[in-house]
Amino acid sequence: MWLFNSSIGRKLVMSITGLALVLFVTFHGCMNVVALISKDAYNTICALLGSNWYAIAATLGLALLVVIHIVYAFILNFQNRKARGNNKYAVTAKPDKVEWASQNMLVLGIIIIIGLLLHLKDFWYNMMFAEIIGQPLLGGLKPTDGFGYIKQTFSNPVIAALYVIWIVAIWFHLTHGMWSSMQTMGLSGHTWFNRWKCIGQIWSTVVMFLFLCVVLGFAIFPDQVGQCDFNLLPFAVK
Amino acid sequence: MAKNLNVTIKFWKQNGPKDKGHFETHELKNIPDDTSFLEALDIMNEELIAAGKEPFVFDHDCREGICGMCSLYINGTPHGKTERGATTCQLYMRRFKDGETITVEPWRSAAFPVIKDCMVDRSAFDKIMQAGGYTTVRTGAPQDANAILIPKQDADEAMDCASCIGCGACVAACKNGSAMLFVSSKVSQLALLPQGRPEAAKRAKDMVARMDELGFGNCTNTRACEAVCPKCETIANIARLNREFIKAKLAD
Repeated sequence: MWLFNSSIGRKLVMSITGLALVLFVTFHGCMNVVALISKDAYNTICALLGSNWYAIAATLGLALLVVIHIVYAFILNFQNRKARGNNKYAVTAKPDKVEWASQNMLVLGIIIIIGLLLHLKDFWYNMMFAEIIGQPLLGGLKPTDGFGYIKQTFSNPVIAALYVIWIVAIWFHLTHGMWSSMQTMGLSGHTWFNRWKCIGQIWSTVVMFLFLCVVLGFAIFPDQVGQCDFNLLPFAVK
Repeated sequence: MAKNLNVTIKFWKQNGPKDKGHFETHELKNIPDDTSFLEALDIMNEELIAAGKEPFVFDHDCREGICGMCSLYINGTPHGKTERGATTCQLYMRRFKDGETITVEPWRSAAFPVIKDCMVDRSAFDKIMQAGGYTTVRTGAPQDANAILIPKQDADEAMDCASCIGCGACVAACKNGSAMLFVSSKVSQLALLPQGRPEAAKRAKDMVARMDELGFGNCTNTRACEAVCPKCETIANIARLNREFIKAKLAD
């Protein structure tokens, strides 16, 4: 099967799973912003997802994407190290147009995995997992009280700082990953290279900025955020 | 006015692919700054021979920037910091400072084993070409030049791709030891022309398969290759190869 045993095939798998994860991160970021506006609206979303069958199915799909992306990353990296050979250059000069992120995707990826584990422990374990195993008060709050968990997590400045580092790592990862996946799929060229680069840069910056706003918002103004009346919002379910 | 330089050459010595290899140094005195870097190495070799030492082995041929034979990794850059669009032989001593130590290394890649010192075996590129870097044509009377119309832009771009001299700087610069810039240029030079289309799918598949087999790495789009390419090939070629390859595989 060429998706396993050809270099372009393996790279194609990396780019498709990567892009799917970008879509998820985008969706996640948009959802988070709701917490800054209205507590009730955010918790309604948490209840809507919760441990419903469709949320669990989507989570499993997502986990599969993450696993494939990580496994392929290590396979590609192993092969590339082998191709490079054992003799390292004594002197290397990095050309200006080579971006730092592009040469450190694996390191960034590992930072992202560590952040992800921390994040799953802080939220997913207390929310979806608590509901699945039928122990609703695993984290001390109701599993649908996402707002409460955000507040609890970011009241600790060390955790908030770790999340900021995590967000920056994801930003770097995406700024290279987005145009790179288009290049790998062959959807690039003289004209579209610059366009994808620009789109990728803007997209990743906007999405990661949304995440950053939520972390900083809850860390600095825990009592001011999410105070809008749910019923006044245009999309409220009456 | 030309001025003279004193430099220290720190060069890689290695007896064959299995040897561990090590650096040696030699001081060059009073080298005119309009000497080419390869001429400076020639002077060094004469001094080494005169001192009863073994000369330093490196590849070179035309010394006109055409053949792609010279292949030295100088101060961390394949071909050294030449003006863009030039190979090692077009590097001059005026690009260095007086008193500088110049580190000279071979292309380091598992697919390019060292023959001796800084001379590496790049026959892997020939093997990739043999896998599909050609068109199959029946010989006979040539047809009229205008029988197949080709847009000027396509002809120019195909020519730009064909200007790849296969020096291997792309592989040397790539942290993944990937040969994608070379392979994509060689696939593109034919894929862009109508004469190359009939075998385009087969060519892309066969050349990539050979490239993988020979132990080159996977491209991760770092763009180090295009930054050092003496012939200014771009990663737009790599996107084209990806497109050709994926299309061919999906059509199977």
